[in-house]
Amino acid sequence: MSGLALLIPVALLLGLSGLAAFLWALSRGQYEDLDGAAVRILIDDEGEA
Amino acid sequence: MNDAVASEHVEFVLPGVKCAACIAKIENGLRPIPGVRDARVNFTSKRVSIDHSSEVTAEALRRAIGELGFDAESVSAVAPSADRAESTALLRALAVAGFGAMNVMLLSVSVWAGASGPTRDLFHWLSALIAMPTVAYAGRPFFKSAWAALRRRRTNMDVPISIGVVLATVLSLFETIVGGPHTYFDGAVSLLFFLLVGRYLDCAMRDRARDGVTALMRETAPGATILLPGGNTAWKRAADLEPGMRMLVAAGERFAADGVVEEGESTVDCSLVTGETLPEALSAGGTAAAGTLNLSHPLTVRVTAAGDRTSLAEIMRMMEAAGQSRSLYVRIADRAARLYAPAVHALALLSFGGWMLAGAGWHQSLLIAVAVLIITCPCALGLAVPVAQVVAAGALMRRGILVKDGSALERLAEANCVRLDKTGTVTRGRLQPIGSLSLTPDEKQAVLALARASLHPLSRALAAYLEGQQVMAAPVEDLREHPGLGIEGRLRGARVALGRPSWLGAEAGEGATLQVAFVSGGSTPALLRFADEIRIDARDTIEQLAAMGLDPAILSGDRQEAVKPVAQALGTPALAELMPADKVNTIALLQAAARRVLMVGDGLNDGPALAAGHVSMAPASATDVGQSAADVVFLGDRLMPVAVAVRAARRTRSIVRQNFALAIGYNLLAVPLAISGRVTPLIAAAAMSTSSVLVLANALRLRNCAR
Repeated sequence: MSGLALLIPVALLLGLSGLAAFLWALSRGQYEDLDGAAVRILIDDEGEA
Repeated sequence: MNDAVASEHVEFVLPGVKCAACIAKIENGLRPIPGVRDARVNFTSKRVSIDHSSEVTAEALRRAIGELGFDAESVSAVAPSADRAESTALLRALAVAGFGAMNVMLLSVSVWAGASGPTRDLFHWLSALIAMPTVAYAGRPFFKSAWAALRRRRTNMDVPISIGVVLATVLSLFETIVGGPHTYFDGAVSLLFFLLVGRYLDCAMRDRARDGVTALMRETAPGATILLPGGNTAWKRAADLEPGMRMLVAAGERFAADGVVEEGESTVDCSLVTGETLPEALSAGGTAAAGTLNLSHPLTVRVTAAGDRTSLAEIMRMMEAAGQSRSLYVRIADRAARLYAPAVHALALLSFGGWMLAGAGWHQSLLIAVAVLIITCPCALGLAVPVAQVVAAGALMRRGILVKDGSALERLAEANCVRLDKTGTVTRGRLQPIGSLSLTPDEKQAVLALARASLHPLSRALAAYLEGQQVMAAPVEDLREHPGLGIEGRLRGARVALGRPSWLGAEAGEGATLQVAFVSGGSTPALLRFADEIRIDARDTIEQLAAMGLDPAILSGDRQEAVKPVAQALGTPALAELMPADKVNTIALLQAAARRVLMVGDGLNDGPALAAGHVSMAPASATDVGQSAADVVFLGDRLMPVAVAVRAARRTRSIVRQNFALAIGYNLLAVPLAISGRVTPLIAAAAMSTSSVLVLANALRLRNCAR
């Protein structure tokens, strides 16, 4: 029972942080150009952007 | 000017971006330009968005992109981003529902595994804490749509979903408060999750196809050079033109308005507007229609109708009117919901009443009624349609066939009659010499030099053909084009000419219009014959369409003589010399006779017919109007995608029906259990997941439907 008191909040926090990370990435437009992300790795000299 | 105030943003469509190198070239080419803050290419939607200050104008940026070797078309940035917003909102809701479903399920499994007493109550409270915000947030797309339907006194799939989810949540909360043994938080949340998956896939499919199509959008005739009274000229946008203005139309330019020719003599390519393959001669006093292309000589034209009064705008209006009937189409899922929703609600109500009468008490009865609602909630139904359609659309996309939305597939499966345009659809819309040219290598060089100097479709076809044979052009001098007749010049002192056979004293053979003659010096004229080549698999396609019961026929705006040989070669009936309105009428007559017409066409003249058809397809070489009116766009030089798409759509329909049968069969098994009060949350969750997985697995069978 005492283990639960620790583990459940930890599990929820981890889940929430994953969700927050996804929502952040989504709002920053990281999912707008999935095909572009796939080909951009081939660009040699992409600047600081 | 202050930099902070003058921050601007523009977007261009770049149809030509094909690889990583293009992205790098554009971004690295734009960033050093003074005033450009950032430039980012979106490869998926084929756009570049540029943040810049007012130091540079949008027009300058467009030219800069042009210098990098890409065609840039400006877009009205407002509309597409609004469409994107829908799928982003769904994705956000999906993420939240996924998080909720996982965590609530984790707690539920512990309860099912035997947690009891205070532990169970604690887990129920935690579930409630997670589930209620999740439902409130992730359920919004369904609640909104259900509310909108109810307000119009209709019902759709979202009504039973919303009622089921809300009731289950509220009742579970009550159970949690009184410390009852069963809650349905897990059912409510995972239901939302599964349904959102279906909803998102449907939306993403539409986005993707729309990106593919808008990337090709262009303005047909953006504007014209106007002759001012003082003798100066000014460039005006098409929307600003007014009757009475005089516009100068250079060779190779499109007319931006309807008008009467005042000065000059030229030939005009009307193929965009009428579908006619051969250009017409136009001289002073003749009328020019907006959207047609001036081929050989500059013309001065007095505008008679501009803006939305041109014949071009008339076609657009016709298209809008014709397309309105289509918006009345009810998608298959909504048709199912019309039957399904009342049945489900009646069943839940009956179970509640029945158990009340049997003396079970309102709490027990309500619990059973909610179990019925959850079990019958159209989880598999909500997935049955979108998943099948997304898998089919994905398979079609790999074959180069873009489906604009799910309803297009449904309507395509219902088509029982197909009408095809000729120019550019059944044929490739490109003229090709028939047989090998009976010319010596020297003559070929002279012909190429002459052909290159003219914009006439026959000359261009000839030039393209000769260039394909690695012929080098001869140094022909004194090139002069005679509108409607041909072009002549001098090669090493001798006259060489290419043109109408009668002009050069040649005997014209059959189908007199699709040939040109060539003379060099005093030799006898050589006759070169052309045809608009039929797509190589057109005959096969037509036969397959006929075998599928689609009754193919040709509707063309071209002349009878041009249509007849094509119809004969394909063995189909054909109607020729149809104006855009005639095509619409022909289709309307067929539809009135309960035929569902699949219209395949490409030209501007087909636009209204494409919109009027039950469903429509256009090749990717089509005009923008054709592409935006069509439900399905196919790439490549073949016609077979038409048959492939119809076959895939029919397979999709049968898979969707199987999925409905699976979902309903599962209900028939589970509903008696629910009504008899034997369904625990564990059984509900297991049954829901199995039926969803079954439906998904069945839909995956469509993976190869576009073979």
